[in-house]
Amino acid sequence: MGADYEMMLEAYGQAGEQTEVFKSSDIAHLVIHENRVVGANLVPGLKVEPEELDDGVSAKVVVEEGAVIEKRVHMCFGVLPEEGLQRILLDVDVRDGGQVDILAHCLFPNAVDITHLMDANIRVGEGATYRYFEQHVHGESGGTNVVPNAKVELAKNARFETEFELLEGRVGEIDIEYETECAAGSSLRMLARIAGRADDRINIREIGHLVGEDARGVLISRVALKDRAQADIYNELTATAPKARGHVDCKEIVRDQAQARATPIVDVRHPLAHVTHEAAIGSVDSKQLQTLMARGMDEESAVETIIQGLLSQRSA
Amino acid sequence: MGILQVDNLKLSINDSVILRDVSLEVPAGTIHAVVGPNGAGKSTLAYTIMGVPGYIPEHGEIRFKDQVINDLEIDERGRLGMSLAWQEPARFEGLTVRNFLSAGAADKSEDALRDALKGVALDPDDYLDRAVDDGLSGGERKRIELASIVVMQPSLMIMDEPDSGIDVDALTRIFELLQDMKEAGTTVLLVTHSREVLGQADTASLVCCGLNVKEGPAEDIKGYFEDKCIPCPVHNPELAEET
Repeated sequence: MGADYEMMLEAYGQAGEQTEVFKSSDIAHLVIHENRVVGANLVPGLKVEPEELDDGVSAKVVVEEGAVIEKRVHMCFGVLPEEGLQRILLDVDVRDGGQVDILAHCLFPNAVDITHLMDANIRVGEGATYRYFEQHVHGESGGTNVVPNAKVELAKNARFETEFELLEGRVGEIDIEYETECAAGSSLRMLARIAGRADDRINIREIGHLVGEDARGVLISRVALKDRAQADIYNELTATAPKARGHVDCKEIVRDQAQARATPIVDVRHPLAHVTHEAAIGSVDSKQLQTLMARGMDEESAVETIIQGLLSQRSA
Repeated sequence: MGILQVDNLKLSINDSVILRDVSLEVPAGTIHAVVGPNGAGKSTLAYTIMGVPGYIPEHGEIRFKDQVINDLEIDERGRLGMSLAWQEPARFEGLTVRNFLSAGAADKSEDALRDALKGVALDPDDYLDRAVDDGLSGGERKRIELASIVVMQPSLMIMDEPDSGIDVDALTRIFELLQDMKEAGTTVLLVTHSREVLGQADTASLVCCGLNVKEGPAEDIKGYFEDKCIPCPVHNPELAEET
C-alpha cells in the first residue's frame, strides 16, 4: 500500500467513516486518488477492470448474473492536493438477478481548484438491483467543480436507487445530470440532498422515462441554501406505458440572499399512467420554528435543526 | 400571586379586536382551564402568553414567575420555563422523534426520552427513530408533542385543545399525564371548549368575545358553561344544535 492510499484512508476517516471496511477481505472496495487506483479488493461475483487515464480512471464494473454481493461495496474517489482534475468513467453492468449496494465517497477536503467529472453508463439487468449512494466531502474554499452524469437503463423488474449527498463543506459548483429509462416492472428512486452557502451554485437535472408497463419512478430533491447560494432543480418524469406510476418531489429552504428555482416536469402519454409532483421553495416553516423556539431553542439552532431534519431524509 | 398572571390584555389582529380585556391568574401547581365558545379568543390568549410572533398585546401585562414577560421573545419565554402544545402540531419532515424530543429536553438521556414516550402511551422502540411527519397520525403527533414538553420539565405548560384529533384511549392517557405533571409541580393551562377537558381542571376562566365572563372553581364554571354558553345560538351555534 502506498502513501496515497494511506492518505485517502486518513481523509476517509476524517470524514467520519470507518476505515476498517478497507481492511476486510470479504468487503469489496476500490480507492482512486487522482488518476491512480491506489487500492482494490474484490469479492466473488464482482468484477472491476480499472484503466488509468492521463486525467482520471476508467473502470468497468460487472456484477455477474445472479450474484448477490452481500456486503456493501465501498468506493473512494478523491483528489487530496489543492488543485487537479479527476475524470471517472464508469461502465456498470449489473447482470440479470444480480444485486449490489455501493457506497461511494468523493473526497476533496483541500480543494482550491479541483474539477471532478463523473460519466457513468449503467445497465441494470432483469430482476437485478443496483443501489448507489454517493457522499461528497468538500473543503471550505468552494473551489470544487463537480459534474456527475449518468445514463441508466433498467431492464424488466430491475431496481435502481441512488442518493447524492453533499452536506459537508462548501459545494462550490455542482452540475448533476442523471437520466434513466425504466422498462416494465422496474423501479427508480433518485434522491439528492445538498446544502449550499456563500456563492455555491447547484444545478440538478434528473430525468426518468417510465417506458414499460408498471414501471415506477420517484425523483426527490432536498436543498437548503443560505448566503448568496443558488440552485436550479429540474426534475422530469415521463410516462408512456400503462400502469406506470411516478412522483416528483422537490423541497428547497432558502435563507438570506439565496435563490432557488424548481422545475418539476410531468409528462404523461398513456391514459392508464399516473405521475404526480410537488415542489416547495421558501423559508423555514414558521410553525416548525415556533414549536422548537417554544421549547427554548434560539432561532438559529431551531432553523439548523429543521434543515438538518429535511436533509437527513434517506432512501427507503 | 400565581405563577402566571395576565392583566387587562388587549390585542388586535388585522384591525380586528380579538382580546378586549382579559385577565387571569393561575396558581402554581394547578390545572387551570380557559374555556369558551369558538372564536372567544382562547387560542389567541394562549399564543399571546407564549409570545408567538404576531401576537403582541396593545395593552396589558403578562407576568410569569413574578417577571413581566411582554418584551421577551418566544424562545426566551421557553427558556424561562413555559411551553405551548398546539391544537394542530407541526409536521417536521425528516426530523426524528428522538431529535424532536431532545430539542428542549432538560435531560437528553435515552432513558428520559423513552420515559417521555411511555408517558404518552407510545412504544419508544416503535417511535424514537421515526420522523415527526405525515407518516404519523394527528393523534400520534399530538402525543409526541406532549412528550416533547414533558421532557422539558417546564414550570408552565399551555395546551391548546388537548382533545382535538385524539381518540378516547389516548385522551384518557393524556388526562392521566396532566395529573402526573401537576403532581410533579408543572402548572398546566388548558385552552378548550370541551366540557370533558374542563373537567380535568382545578380552576377555570370563562372567556367570550375577548372578555372575561366568569372565573372560579372548574366545577362551577363547567355548570355555567353548560347552562349558559353551550345553548347560546350566537356564540356556540354548533353545540347549541346538539343540545
